[in-house]
Amino acid sequence: MKPINKISSVLTPLERKNVDTDQIISKEFLKRIERTGFGKYLFYHWRFHADGTPVEDFVLNDPRFNGSEILVAQENFGCGSSREHAPWAILDYGFRVVIAPSYADIFYNNCVKNGILPIRLKDQEVNELIDKGQQQEFKLEINLEDQTVSAQDGTRYEFDIDPYWKEMLLKGWDEIALTFQYDAYIAAYEERARRA
Amino acid sequence: MAKTIIEKIWEQHIVFEEQGKPDLLYIDLHLLHEVTSPQAFEGLRLNGRKARRPDLCFATMDHNVPTRNRETITDPISRKQIKTLQDNCDEFGVPLAGINHPDQGIVHVIGPELGLTQPGKTIVCGDSHTSTHGAFGALAFGIGTSEVEHVLSTQTLWQSKPKTMEVRIDGKLGFGVSSKDVILAIISKFGIDMGTGHVMEYTGEAIRGLSMEERMTICNMSIEAGARAGLISPDETTVEYLRGRRHVPEGEAFEKEAARWLALATDEGAQYDASVTIHADEISPFVTWGTNPSMGSGIAERVPSAADYDKQSDKDALKQALAYMHLEEGTPLSSIDVQHVFIGSCTNARLGDLRAASEIIKGKSVHPSVTAIVVPGSETVKRAAEQEGLDRVFLEAGFEWRETGCSMCLAMNEDSVPAGERCASTSNRNFEGRQGAGSMTHLVSPVMAAAAAIEGHLTDVRNYMKEPVPSL
Repeated sequence: MKPINKISSVLTPLERKNVDTDQIISKEFLKRIERTGFGKYLFYHWRFHADGTPVEDFVLNDPRFNGSEILVAQENFGCGSSREHAPWAILDYGFRVVIAPSYADIFYNNCVKNGILPIRLKDQEVNELIDKGQQQEFKLEINLEDQTVSAQDGTRYEFDIDPYWKEMLLKGWDEIALTFQYDAYIAAYEERARRA
Repeated sequence: MAKTIIEKIWEQHIVFEEQGKPDLLYIDLHLLHEVTSPQAFEGLRLNGRKARRPDLCFATMDHNVPTRNRETITDPISRKQIKTLQDNCDEFGVPLAGINHPDQGIVHVIGPELGLTQPGKTIVCGDSHTSTHGAFGALAFGIGTSEVEHVLSTQTLWQSKPKTMEVRIDGKLGFGVSSKDVILAIISKFGIDMGTGHVMEYTGEAIRGLSMEERMTICNMSIEAGARAGLISPDETTVEYLRGRRHVPEGEAFEKEAARWLALATDEGAQYDASVTIHADEISPFVTWGTNPSMGSGIAERVPSAADYDKQSDKDALKQALAYMHLEEGTPLSSIDVQHVFIGSCTNARLGDLRAASEIIKGKSVHPSVTAIVVPGSETVKRAAEQEGLDRVFLEAGFEWRETGCSMCLAMNEDSVPAGERCASTSNRNFEGRQGAGSMTHLVSPVMAAAAAIEGHLTDVRNYMKEPVPSL
């Protein structure tokens, strides 16, 4: 997993709440047995008409946001299916940071395990960012170490993150290798369970 | 100190705990299917790792499998995914009910059926509807593929302790009300993210009166309320369902286990972090009209109007949903035509569901403008239904009777609803495009689906039922 600390980029405003993982990556693209190559299918049915032509007013088709690494959306982002193909698609498309007021639990975990930083800001703050991002190309600087989001107009937001997840994202840990260090505890648990 | 079942199961499964870290939790049962496991097995291979406890794993193929012409999977990518699971199970020693196995079926239908699902277990699967198994008083939750790989490698997961929420349903369910209506009504009342960060326990008189299959329908859709898991404390109904199942002990050993299970139930006076209540009187046969499971109402109601909401984001969400669903504000729900009816999925494809729907459809005909299919939840359900002659009832009415699988719930196989057409579906999600790009889903109970099949539009199933005469 690629470590993440500072990201500086224009934000992409997605003014929708309860965005479900079916929209992030539709089921017809779940049949691949690799982790890569999902970016071109991100938000596929919002991005493209049935005949494959781009939906003009969809935000990802707006050239102002080309190369953006920060996606901003409304509450309960990533609800529904546990498909990790959703964060794989977000990452493969080029986003490293998502900002929303709240996330579905499984999606949040899946992000962290793939080196995507999911930031929670207040409802009002997110709406502010979406507004500004819609009006102009609006640049943010994310600093995970300091837990801050600094906007180009000088506004500064602070966010909370579980210290364990923070460390994992900063270091880009392989969580399984980490857990192997606890093998003696796992073996002891199994021994207790056998005797019970 | 009085404890909830959630706390009891959690404490029993802690392998390692340290301040400022999530707990390392032991996993008792790991269910796998073909869509969310290939990258996990590949991860093991790349790192030269083994499956730690393949004996605690169980795999099947359900998402991709065809429900007719089983022998030939025409889609080469689906075929590859199915073959990959077969090869991975062989290589890592994981037990598998493959596509032609007599136990094959939807993973959340066969786990309980085989007795793999038991009270007090921690159960995970790379599938959000793993919450289904909570009906037994297990702590069961969906995980991503990285976590599937973590469980395969270590049989554990790092998990932060969830908050607890009681969801109490007071009173007795009314005439014609199914457990599907209960969970749809709960999500509609309290919202699609009511359960975020929480494990919900369903309690109350209405829950105690439900069969295990009905309880599974409710727990199945806990994820549609955003909960990390949903469960029900075990009772005699739980014990009797499990007695004699293949993977539970027999004789005296079973009685000992049963006593341990019953002791897991939430203690009198235990405190939850949050609590909500709904009265059974508030719940009538339900349908969804929007693009997430909280967007539903009783069948006698109308599509809501923007004026019904205070928050601008709710007004926007309504507008977006109705635009996708091609519906107008204020439309009576019972006037909405459907072209498809799907009875199936991990929510509502068990024997009791098929029996209930067949009662409505018996001697009637599917409306000429409707294509209706029944997809039993497992081979075992299918065999049992055929033994009772339910297949004949459906076929004679004009339904198709298919092989098992997830099918039209998510339309990963060829069973999909065409763009611009509507489906009354017993599944769990009405997200945009869920049943096929441009398709429109109305979530309903099996009996409501059967009634819609007859009339060609959403309709109140109570018109097809005889109200029981109250006993003196």
